[in-house]
Order: sequence, then C-alpha cells, then structure tokens
Amino acid sequence: MENKNFPAVDMEIRKWGANPESLIQVLHGTQEALGYLPKEVLAYISEKLKVPLSKVYGVVTFYNFFKLSKDAEHVIMTCMGTACYVKGGEAVLNALCEKLGVKPNQITSDGKFAVRIVRCLGCCGLAPAIAIDGKDIYGKLTPEKALEILERYS
Amino acid sequence: VTLKETRAERVLSIQERVLLKRVGVINPESIEEYIAEDGYMALEKAIENGPEWVLEEVKASELRGRGGAGFPTGKKWEFTARAKSDLKYVICNADEGEPGTFKDRVIMEGDPNLLIEGMVLAGYATGANYGYIYIRGEYDLSIKRLQKAIEQARSYGFLGENILGSGFNFDIEIKKGAGAYICGEETALIESIEGKRGEPRKKPPYPPTYGLWGKPTVINNVETLANIPPIVVNGAEWFKKFGVPGSYGTKLFSLMGDVNYKGVIEIPFGEKLSSIINDVGFGVKGGKKLKGVILGGVSGSLITPAELDTPVDFNSLAKIEAGPGSGSIVVLSEDRCIVDIAKNIAYFFRHESCGKCTPCRVGTEEMYKIIDYISRGLGEESDLTRLEKLSTSMKLTSFCGLGQTAPNIIAQSLVKYRDEWLEHIKERKCKAN
Ligand SMILES: NC(=O)C1=CN([C@@H]2O[C@H](COP(=O)(O)OP(=O)(O)OC[C@H]3O[C@@H](n4cnc5c(N)ncnc54)[C@H](O)[C@@H]3O)[C@@H](O)[C@H]2O)C=CC1
Ligand SMILES: Cc1cc2nc3c(=O)[nH]c(=O)nc-3n(C[C@H](O)[C@H](O)[C@H](O)COP(=O)(O)O)c2cc1C
Ligand code: SF4
Ligand code: FES
Repeated sequence: MENKNFPAVDMEIRKWGANPESLIQVLHGTQEALGYLPKEVLAYISEKLKVPLSKVYGVVTFYNFFKLSKDAEHVIMTCMGTACYVKGGEAVLNALCEKLGVKPNQITSDGKFAVRIVRCLGCCGLAPAIAIDGKDIYGKLTPEKALEILERYS
Repeated sequence: VTLKETRAERVLSIQERVLLKRVGVINPESIEEYIAEDGYMALEKAIENGPEWVLEEVKASELRGRGGAGFPTGKKWEFTARAKSDLKYVICNADEGEPGTFKDRVIMEGDPNLLIEGMVLAGYATGANYGYIYIRGEYDLSIKRLQKAIEQARSYGFLGENILGSGFNFDIEIKKGAGAYICGEETALIESIEGKRGEPRKKPPYPPTYGLWGKPTVINNVETLANIPPIVVNGAEWFKKFGVPGSYGTKLFSLMGDVNYKGVIEIPFGEKLSSIINDVGFGVKGGKKLKGVILGGVSGSLITPAELDTPVDFNSLAKIEAGPGSGSIVVLSEDRCIVDIAKNIAYFFRHESCGKCTPCRVGTEEMYKIIDYISRGLGEESDLTRLEKLSTSMKLTSFCGLGQTAPNIIAQSLVKYRDEWLEHIKERKCKAN
C-alpha cells in the first residue's frame, strides 16, 4: 500500500490515543476537518488504530452522523421528530423538496443543497425546526418562512 | 406588563426550582458564579463526612433514576461501591435522543457545574476515579460549556488529583455520540464509548457490576446526577419534602405541542397532569379541546383526557401503564390525527432499530408498513389485529428496551382511540385532517 499521510487524522489520533477505543472520536474529528470520510482515510485510520477495516466500516455505517461521500454544500436537516411533526414539519419538508426539485436525502444536481430528515434536533420548543449546515437553527417555521430562509443560502 | 407578570407567576405557581435554581441566574461559563451560589459545597461536605456517608445519604433520599426506568440510585451506587475492582467508572448518560425531550440540555447549558459536581460525588461514593459524559453530538453548546466547566473545575482542584486535599482522584472526559438513538440505552452506550457499533449487551450482568471494559460502572442520567449536590448539601430529609412517597423530589419535563406555554419546567412529583397543562401550560392552544398527551417520549405512553387527573409520579402512573419516561409532555389538540402520529412514531423506530435482533428489526418495519397502508385508506380491520399481535410479540421477545417499548403508544392508541383507527379503515377518511 502506498504511504499516504493525513495530517488532520494524525492530529486527532494524537489527541485521542492510537487505540481501538478512540475510533469514534477520531472519525468525528476527521469528518469535521475533511467534510466526509474518504475510503483511503478509513484505511489509514484502520491501520493506525489497529482496527480491521471491516470493523471501521461497520462503525461508520452504523452511526447516522458519518458520511462516506462528499455532501452537498448546504445540508438542510428537517426535523420529523414528534414535536416538529405535530407542528407541521412535513409541510416544511415538502415545500423545501419541491422548491429544490429533490427527494429527501438526494443532492441537487449542482451539488449545492440536500434535504435530510432527522428525528429530533433537540430544540423541540421551536417546533417545527430545521438546521442548516449543522449549526444554523431555524424554528417556528411555516413552508413560506422555510423558503425565505433557503434564499439566504442560494 | 401586569398581564405578563401574572402570567409568569402562574407559570411558576406549582413549580419548584431545586435543579433549575441557578439556570438563567448565573453565567454558566463562570465557575465563580456557581461557587458563589453554593456550588461545590456538597463536595466539601462529602469530603468532611466520607464516602460511606454520601452513599447512605443518597440511599436515604430514595432518589430514583431520571433516565426513565426509575431504578433507585442509592442501590445502584451500592452495587458499584461494594464491587471489588482495580478500576471503576462513572458515566453520565447525556444522549437525550428521545424526540421531544430537551430537559437534560437545559442543565448542561444552564448549570454545567452542577452535573460535574454530581459526577464527582458519584465517583467519591463508589470509589470510581474516572468519569465519562456521553453526549449527543448535536448538543454543541452543551459540549462547549461542559468542556469549559471541566477545565475550570480542574483549575480549582474540584477535579484531578487529590481533590480538595482529600487524596481522592477523579477526572472527566467528554465523548461525543454520533447520531444513534439506541446509544442512549446504557449497554449500547458503553459499547459506543469502547469505540464500537452501539449494539446493546445482554443484561444481566448490569453495568453497576460489569460495565465499561467489564469494570463496575455507575451510569446515570444527567438529571439524576444533578439531584446529588442538593441532596448532599441539604440532606435526605430535606429532599423528601418534595414529591410523594415512592417518588421523592422534583422532576423536569419538556412541555410542548399544542399548549400556550412551552419550555422546560420543574414540578414536584405528585402534581396532576391536568394542572401541569392548565396552570403551567395555560391550557390547549387556541382554546381547542384536548385529544391526549404523549407522556415520556415516543417510547412512553398515550394519556387520554379521562386519565388527566392521574398524579405524575412513578407509582400512580404505573397504574395506567405509564411513567415519566424521558420527561417529555407533548400535548395534542383535537386537530391531531392519532393514526398520523402513530405513523410518525413507527417511522422513527423503523429507522432507529439497531438491527441486532429479529423481533425489532422486522417488527418495526412491518409496523410502519401496516400503519402507512391504513393512513392511505388501504387498511382492513384485520390489520388492527395484526398490529396488536405484533406489538405483543415485540414487547415480549425484543432483545432490549427499544424494541420492547417501540409498540407502546401504537398499542395504547389501538385501545384508547380505536374509533379513529376504524374511521380510517371503514370510511377511508380522517376527521382530523
Ligand atoms: N431519556 C431518554 O431520552 C430515553 C429514556 N428511555 C427510558 O429508558 C427506560 C428503559 O431503560 P433500560 O435501561 O432499558 O431499563 P432497565 O430497567 O433495564 O434499567 C434501569 C436501570 O437500572 C439498572 N438496573 C436494573 N436492574 C438492576 C439490577 N438487578 N442490578 C443492578 N442494576 C440494575 C440498570 O443498569 C439501569 O441503569 C424506559 O423506561 C424509557 O422510558 C428510553 C428512551 C429514551
Ligand atoms: C432505547 C433506549 C434509549 C435510552 N435513551 C436514554 C437517554 O437518552 N438518556 C438516558 O438517561 N437514559 C436513556 N435510556 C435509559 C438507560 O438505558 C438507563 O436506564 C439510564 O441511563 C439509567 O440512568 P438512571 O438510573 O439515572 O435513570 C434509554 C434506554 C433505552 C432502552
Ligand atoms: S430490540 Fe431493536 S434496538 Fe434492541 S437489540 Fe433488538 S434490534 Fe437492536
Ligand atoms: S422533535 Fe423536532 S427538534 Fe425535537
């Protein structure tokens, strides 16, 4: 195998320790740095932490948070948890999908947007809520308001 | 203005602020402000009196776990304290994944040192020297504030080696979850800390004797641990002034849905659900009629208006096959459709089943399919019997709490709101929308 270097990964491994139990935290940090988890990076992590690649894949695919491929530029997480659902989350989801011409979990053809369904953002007081790019939370939405917010990212 | 004041008074009327005492009052990023408000006094008192005393005080308080199952905390700690081992751990379960629940978040964001002090006390009483906080990855601000509080506590000598000169060592590390609901189940959580897929282990052995890396491990919910400092400072007798026999203390709830006042509230055990909704929540939004209440999250229970005078405590709720669960109260007005809600819940569990055991992996999928059919007007009456049978077998044969509780609300709705299900099947329509 060719010897590739991934400084971002090395930094995470230094922080958490080069052992199997660091796997999830190292994946977290790596994804934060790279945006997703490319194949060769997983192989590198597998080697460094001494976890078989199959196990690494097992973990990456088990947890919702980890991504194996490059994501859209802006990811709109639409909450379908109970609180948001009863407050009209579905209408918000439908409006966003229709506007962008995608189904949930698809990426727009220009790679700019993706709409995902999530099962609770932990801010149910603001139901119905969405989170864009994991950090911008918008609550008490209507389909109209959601489309207005979408404009800001276009 | 006056209107607002009376409203605020009414919202606070039946509330007691034991756990939330400092939330919104102090700057959560300043340990000095926590100390100024009696912070770390419990730890000092504990060190004066010794670990055995702390354990006895927690046992005497009859505190029950706030993660849902209500297991006596003192008993749990005693198992760990008595276990012989070179290493022991304390884990704080901050995964709070139940949709419609955000009460732990309010503690972590509003008073992070309270949780840290509770964990140190748990370590001190049980002889554990290392703690983990396993926290939902989505809780960015909680993570940041806890991290800061940990650093500040270290610099003051409340964490680290030889805490306050007692010879006791304890330190805490934060572990971020990665978006899997099942990781809130304690043994799945332990697997996840060990760096693996979050699949539950067989219980027994329970974590208090065989937990993280096979070592004795106390694992408690955030709110449970937040109860410890006030108990240690004020004593078990003081604590038992709140609540009712069998359920002492106060309880946090996230109140939401179709009510006028929403948010996290703190109520002494034993208040009626009706007063929570009417006095604290100001009644159903828009003056609508109440259809029901989802209590304790999607794995919890469905309460009808006729059951609304049930006191909210472990034993009274158990009589109607309910419990405080994750501490969420979702109020449903007459406009909500029960079949639609059941479908949303089934969708959730279908996605969150970890796939380890067949009854849950296949059961959650089937359940969703049947309900989806009914909701689209394609159901038969025999589907309801199938749903009931499926619920029973999932309850009886699933490997862990997820599969066992996934059918709760659906099964209860089939009994309590049968008319609505039949309406969808026979008249192929939905009155609600
Ligand atoms: N807070 C939240 O977000 C959520 C909470 N839940 C709640 O979780 C609950 C189910 O949790 P489980 O851990 O499956 O319940 P459980 O009944 O298996 O255990 C409850 C606690 O008591 C301990 N325990 C029980 N028997 C013991 C024994 N003989 N010796 C030593 N320790 C013992 C367990 O280790 C555990 O910590 C449900 O009631 C549900 O309401 C479920 C989903 C989400
Ligand atoms: C599917 C599932 C999810 C759970 N999620 C949580 C959770 O997010 N937070 C929590 O404190 N307990 C959760 N629990 C309960 C834990 O397994 C455990 O009972 C609890 O952490 C014990 O703490 P306590 O004694 O302080 O209540 C969950 C249980 C199940 C079955
Ligand atoms: S009941 Fe569900 S979540 Fe629990 S082990 Fe089985 S498949 Fe996994
Ligand atoms: S249910 Fe939507 S944020 Fe919790």
